[in-house]
Amino acid sequence: MSQPVSPIRHVLIEGNKSYHNITEDLTIPTEKAPSREWIIAFALAAAFLGLYVFAVCWTIWKGIGSWNLNRTVNWGWDITNFVWWIGIGHAGTLISAILLIFRQRWRTGVNRAAEAMTIFAVICAGQFPLIHMGRLWLAFFIFPFPNTRGPLWPNFNSPLLWDVFAISTYFSVSLLFWYTGLVPDLATVRDRAVGFRRKMYDMVSFGWTGSAKHWQRHEALSLVLAGISTPLVLSVHTIVSFDFATSVIPGWHTTIFPPYFVAGAIFSGFAMVQTLMVITRKVLKLEHYITLNHIESMNKVIVLTGTIVGVAYLTELFIAWYSGYIYEQFAFYNRVFGIYWWAYFGMMFCNVVSPQLFWSKKIRRSIWWTFFLSIVVNIGMWFERFVIIATTLARDYLPSSWSYYSPSWVEISLFTGSIGLFFFCYLIFTRVAPVVAIAEIKAILKVAGNQYIGPEARSKAHGHHAPAPKVKGEQTED
Amino acid sequence: MAESSKKVLFGLYNDEEDLKSAVSTARKDHLDIMDVLTPFPVHGLDPVLGLKESRLHYLGFIYGTIGAIFGFGFMSWAVVNDWPIVFGGKPYWPVPSYIPITFEMTVLFAAWGMTITFYTVCGMWPGVQAKVLDNRITDDKFCLAFDVTETPETEVGSLQAFFSKTGAAEVHVKTI
Repeated sequence: MSQPVSPIRHVLIEGNKSYHNITEDLTIPTEKAPSREWIIAFALAAAFLGLYVFAVCWTIWKGIGSWNLNRTVNWGWDITNFVWWIGIGHAGTLISAILLIFRQRWRTGVNRAAEAMTIFAVICAGQFPLIHMGRLWLAFFIFPFPNTRGPLWPNFNSPLLWDVFAISTYFSVSLLFWYTGLVPDLATVRDRAVGFRRKMYDMVSFGWTGSAKHWQRHEALSLVLAGISTPLVLSVHTIVSFDFATSVIPGWHTTIFPPYFVAGAIFSGFAMVQTLMVITRKVLKLEHYITLNHIESMNKVIVLTGTIVGVAYLTELFIAWYSGYIYEQFAFYNRVFGIYWWAYFGMMFCNVVSPQLFWSKKIRRSIWWTFFLSIVVNIGMWFERFVIIATTLARDYLPSSWSYYSPSWVEISLFTGSIGLFFFCYLIFTRVAPVVAIAEIKAILKVAGNQYIGPEARSKAHGHHAPAPKVKGEQTED
Repeated sequence: MAESSKKVLFGLYNDEEDLKSAVSTARKDHLDIMDVLTPFPVHGLDPVLGLKESRLHYLGFIYGTIGAIFGFGFMSWAVVNDWPIVFGGKPYWPVPSYIPITFEMTVLFAAWGMTITFYTVCGMWPGVQAKVLDNRITDDKFCLAFDVTETPETEVGSLQAFFSKTGAAEVHVKTI
């Protein structure tokens, strides 16, 4: 690498790794037998997935009446879960696309796992609107297809239909981006494997050889996919917010929703990435690749987006007061001091107050604090969606139809079960594919490895300096 | 082409800088490089190797344009020509509310089009068996390969000499 290396750059790869060390460290989790922790976690996730499947079957068999939705509150936990999961998905695209464009090298440690998280979160999210349709077997009606009713087309003016397009596009583009990035690493796994395993990885690595021309095209493709994923990810949560903002319900009908939802999505997504990374790096022994510097960088994003979300909450209140419109004022008074006041204060505490602790460097670099606060933020962001949806609907136009909503066991099972579904997918992913992008880590080794930069630097990456002392015995072995 | 087997002479280097200088030496000596294989994208290799910039992104633009025209055109046709319906007292052809779907279709077409093109031009598809010269090329070896199927022995010897001159750690011959 002949790029200049700034002395203030953080070390992103610790432990004096050679290229071969990187390959070994990152592929071994897919090669050895699963650890006991993994098996326990997988059993637990599978149990919750079972609960989820049961609750879905129950809903389809009995109908939506098995939920506690009523005519006043007709969106409850289902849509809350939908928005929550979609928001969580956004961090993966942000890390892989936006940080690629901004040339943030720390993304390489976490992008692969975060993109996987995006895909699994969108899978979870997509379930909820479908189940909520009640007659799941007619779900294909949402797509414009030639039909015998005219053909009659869906309403292209409806934000709910925009959502269909946004989320299916988001899912499929994220999948392409993730898988294309994964192909060279699957080839690395393939080249270490023998027998049947080799055949399997040969099949999924598409015949990758690492040719210079292929790498060039691969990089061009990744860059353009990143470029188009950036507005895509912003559009997805914008459109999700349109589901609310284009309605005429006080408390929903606000122009601040798109930026506020996008910031909230990034906020909750980074919190989920932290939750996953803190566990993954420990269990798969990846502390040298997902370092405290990575964790600190993500915590900085959390404090920034958490503050943006806080400003949005206060702006909403201010604008409600400033509008001089009593229905708007009532909607927000009700949101803060109404029947769901506990959800509002829970949200305020978890999303606005708790991330402010990350101003302290000590807390930002503490694994336990990070893990704890990431869970708190996840809870807070779930509350946010619940507050927006349920408190607004429960006190609608006619006091005679005011109502209260609390979930039935089916809805609770669907939510907890969807977490099981998410972890089920994620845990399988950690077994079959490298969770850290091997090729990308190798590409930044000479500008981010601790033997090349930082206080412990022993050698220079540049050719004209003293030759780099070869680390470990790798180079002489073969 | 896929059927005919090739005899390949290749050298493995331990460092990408060694590879880059070997490639530029080979180009100076007018050697016909078959391929250069690396475990990760080596920056600065393309100009040394004389690779032209990929034109994939132009195609991405074209695919995206097709998606935008298709999305917008389809919606317009459906509600203006095929079955006009008044939704909420809005005009038959409410252009602003087509923006979200038109945008999504642009992205969808660009992404799928480019990805499919990428795999096609690289000859990569599910189930394609990789022609692996050495298992360590996806690990920590940097490979420079020459096609020696029809090369006379004397020239093969000079290629061997080239590898030892440029510091290749290993030199092998393999038929793929």
